[in-house]
Amino acid sequence: MPAGNTYEAIATTTLGSNAGSVTFSSVPGTYTDIVAICSIKLSSGSTIYTQVNADNGNNYSSTGLNGEAGVASSSSNSNINSPLFGYSGNTTDFNNCIIQYMNYANTTTNKTILGRGNASDYVTARVALWRNTAAITEIKILGSFATGSTFSLYGIKAA
Amino acid sequence: MAPILGIYASQISGHLFAPSGAYDSIATTTVGAGGVSSVTFSSIPSTYTHLQVRFISKLSAGDDVIMRFNGDTANNYWNHILYGNGSSATASVPFSGAYSGIALYYTGSTASVAGGVIDVLDYTSTSKNKTVRFLGGYDDNGSGNIDLASGSWSATPAAINSIVIKPVSANFAQYTQIALYGIRGN
Repeated sequence: MPAGNTYEAIATTTLGSNAGSVTFSSVPGTYTDIVAICSIKLSSGSTIYTQVNADNGNNYSSTGLNGEAGVASSSSNSNINSPLFGYSGNTTDFNNCIIQYMNYANTTTNKTILGRGNASDYVTARVALWRNTAAITEIKILGSFATGSTFSLYGIKAA
Repeated sequence: MAPILGIYASQISGHLFAPSGAYDSIATTTVGAGGVSSVTFSSIPSTYTHLQVRFISKLSAGDDVIMRFNGDTANNYWNHILYGNGSSATASVPFSGAYSGIALYYTGSTASVAGGVIDVLDYTSTSKNKTVRFLGGYDDNGSGNIDLASGSWSATPAAINSIVIKPVSANFAQYTQIALYGIRGN
């Protein structure tokens, strides 16, 4: 029996001035997955990263499938302090970045994070690992964000 | 009611939402200590427009994971995958017909925690072959795989009323959680 609507908007923020990061703190543990949907204009050509639970240690890794300048590639980054989920050298257009924190509240498995980054000059699909079994309670998105960038957080609750 | 949530950044304007939308949780399976060879969602209601499956999975051994519809184990599935393994990007038709199902993703070891999202569009149509899209993969801090997959089920067009997701040879291990959602149209 369906459990009813379970895709909920939790919070959104629009930058009134340039910022180096946006943090969603006290993320409730009542959902199954968390999805961050971001429309980002960069103030300088740069990457878009994420961190969780204020962990800036080298406890992340990622595997990416990328397209840039007509070339497809795959990349792997081990023992990094923040996995990449977007990039652009363009400071004019807005980039789409959707990051999914899968089964984020469980306390038995390391956390898998999926994402896609779409820019006028770069596209990527990524999977990242946070080597920690703790529930994710804080989500941080980092980059050189310009005024008008929008960040929305959604919760998806399984029956 | 929106939960308590803090947001902070330098200079933001924000607000909290009340829940609304057209996305329902239909069913969820969490695998226990013994593991299972497959997860089946049966008697799927036809009241939605699209389906979405979201999961994390652990396997008893490195393996490919496939999807089937309505108990069809014949070679009625087609597949294209664009994937990256950290060193090269590859497009392939690796499993066409071989598994009698749509190949979704590969998981490297028992330690891997894969994640994925499967979209099944217009699943109740009786005039269209069904098309599936998938984003998912795993990363093991030194090895990994990210997959963008498309699949189709080309049996006589029928509404999908059951979905099976299974490793080809291995089992889903404890802590695997697979959830089915329905997305309503107007």
